[in-house]
Amino acid sequence: MILAAAAASSAFSGWAFYLAQQSINALQLGSIYALIALGYSMVYGVLTMINFAHGDLFMLGAFACLLIAAFLPLPFVVILLLVILLIGLLGALIERVAYRPLRGGPRVSAIITALGCGLVIENLTLVNFPYAQRMPALFTSTSYQVAGLTISTLQLLIIGISVALMLGLDFFIYKTRYGIAMRAIAFDARTVPLMGVPADRIISLTFLIGAGLGGAAGMLYGLAYPVIAPSMGVLVGWKAFIAAVIGGIGSVRGAVLGGFILGGVEIMVVAFLPSTYRDLISYSLLLVILIFKPYGLLGRAPNQKV
Amino acid sequence: MSALTVENLTVSYGDIHAVKGLSFEVREGEIFTLIGANGAGKTSTLRAISGLLRHGGCVRLGDRDLEGIAAEAIVSLGMAHVPEGRGIFGNLTVLENLKLGAWIRRDHKAIAEDLDRMLTALPRLRERLTQPAGTLSGGEQQMLAVARALMSRPRTLLLDEPSMGLAPKLVKEIYHVIREINQTGVTILLVEQNANIALKLAHRAAVLETGTITLAGDSAELLADPRVREAYLGA
Ligand SMILES: Nc1ncnc2c1ncn2[C@@H]1O[C@H](COP(=O)(O)OP(=O)(O)OP(=O)(O)O)[C@@H](O)[C@H]1O
Ligand SMILES: [Mg+2]
Repeated sequence: MILAAAAASSAFSGWAFYLAQQSINALQLGSIYALIALGYSMVYGVLTMINFAHGDLFMLGAFACLLIAAFLPLPFVVILLLVILLIGLLGALIERVAYRPLRGGPRVSAIITALGCGLVIENLTLVNFPYAQRMPALFTSTSYQVAGLTISTLQLLIIGISVALMLGLDFFIYKTRYGIAMRAIAFDARTVPLMGVPADRIISLTFLIGAGLGGAAGMLYGLAYPVIAPSMGVLVGWKAFIAAVIGGIGSVRGAVLGGFILGGVEIMVVAFLPSTYRDLISYSLLLVILIFKPYGLLGRAPNQKV
Repeated sequence: MSALTVENLTVSYGDIHAVKGLSFEVREGEIFTLIGANGAGKTSTLRAISGLLRHGGCVRLGDRDLEGIAAEAIVSLGMAHVPEGRGIFGNLTVLENLKLGAWIRRDHKAIAEDLDRMLTALPRLRERLTQPAGTLSGGEQQMLAVARALMSRPRTLLLDEPSMGLAPKLVKEIYHVIREINQTGVTILLVEQNANIALKLAHRAAVLETGTITLAGDSAELLADPRVREAYLGA
C-alpha cells in the first residue's frame, strides 16, 4: 500500500511538473494576449467603439522593433520604450485623423474606418516586407532549471515586463486624475466637460496608451515566436479581442483576466490534446463563458440612464 | 453688475426650435430662477449657456463673451453646472467624483481644505467616501452633484431641477444648501418645474413657455401673480 501510494505520488508529481512547465508557457502567451486586450478594452471603454486597427498596431510593434534593432544598436529597454512611444503616437494619430471626425455619426462608419485603417497598415507593411522576417534576438537568452522546471531569461522578461506594464496601467487608471477622468468618460462622456475635463485629450491619451501597450506586446510576441509577418496582427488581434470580450470589454482588469484565461486554455489544450483541437476547444469554452456571463467576467451592463 | 447675460438665445434640434430668442440677465450675487413646465426649454437653455449645445445669440459671463469657448474651458472661467439628472459618475467613488470636480485647480492644499469643509457640512457623504457613487440614494447623489460643482470654486452656479425626483423633506434640505451657497457670494441660476419652492428661494425670476419668456420680475411679484398661480402653483 505504501508502495502504491509512493508510485501514485511520483506519477502525480510527473504530471504536476508537466502542468507547471506548461503554466509558464501559458503565462507568457497570456501576458501577451492581456497586453493587447487592454487596448481594445480601454478604447471601447471611452468610446464604445472597437478599434479594429489595433491588431495591426500590435503587428507594427514587432516590425518597429525589427527596424530599430537593424539600424540602431540600442539596449533592449530603450528599444521597448521607443516601440511603445512610436506605436502609441500612431494610435493617437489614427484616432485624431480617422475616428474623431466620424464621432457622433453612424456606428457602422466608425467600424468600417477602423477596419480600413487596419488594412492600410497591414498592406503598407506587406509592401515593404513581402516575406516573413526573422526577428533578431536582442540578447542571448539562457535557460534556468528551477525545481526541475525550465525557464528562460526571455520568458521571465516577457512575463515580467507585461506584468509591470499592467500594474503601471492599473495604478494609472485607479489612482491618477487622468485615470479617474478616463473612467468618468466611460460612464458618461456627455457630463465630463462640465467638470472642466478636456475629454478629447483624455481620449487621445487612451489611444496612446492602448496602442503603446499593443506595440509592446507585438515586440514581445516577436521575440517569443521570432518569425514575424504582416498578417500576424489579424489572428492574434482577433484572439486578444476575444480575450477582452471574455473579461468584459471596457474593463481593464477584465482584459487582463481574459488574456490569461485564453493563453492558459490554448496552451493547456495543446499540452494534453492533439494541437488541432486548440482553437475549437478554446473558443467553445469561451462561448460557454459568454452564455453565462454575457457582459464578460468583469464587465458591467451598459448604463441604465433615467 | 451682471454676472451672466443671455441675449436672444436660440437652440434648435433639427426642425425643433426648443429655445426661441431668450434674453435675461442674472445679477452678481443673486439667485435667479427660470421656471417652466416639461419641455419648456429649461435644460436646453442651461446646456447652451455652458457650451454643451450649439446655439444662436449671445452669452456673456461677466463681460466675457462665451462665443466659441468650449464647455471645459468655461469651467475655468468660474462657471459650474449641475446637470439635469445630477450627472453623477456612478462607477467612481464619492471621493473620485469630488476630485474630478476640482479638475481645473492645482492648489492641492486648498482643495483638501475645501473637501474637508464640504464633507463636514455633508456628513453623509463623508461616511460614503469610498463607496461607488452609483450606490447613493437620490438625495445623496444630488448633494454630491452640488458639492462636486462647488469643488471648482465657481462664482456662478447653474442648477437644473435639483428637486427632481426627491421627497419634499429632501427638497427642503437641498434648497437650504442652495441658499447657503448663495450666501457665500455665489451667483445662482436655477431652473425648476417646482415653481413654488423656486420662487420662494429666488430673488428674481422668469417664466419660460415653449422656448420664450412670458413673464419676468421679482420672485415675490411672480408668486402673487394670478397667471403664475393658476398655471404653476395650482391655485
Ligand atoms: N436631443 C434632443 N433632440 C431633439 N429634441 C430635443 C432634444 N432635447 C430636447 N429636445 C426638445 O426640446 C424641447 C425642450 O427640451 P428641454 O429638455 O430643454 O426642456 P425642459 O424644460 O428642460 O423640460 P423638462 O422639465 O422635462 O426637463 C422639448 O420639446 C424637447 O422635446
Ligand atoms: Mg430639463
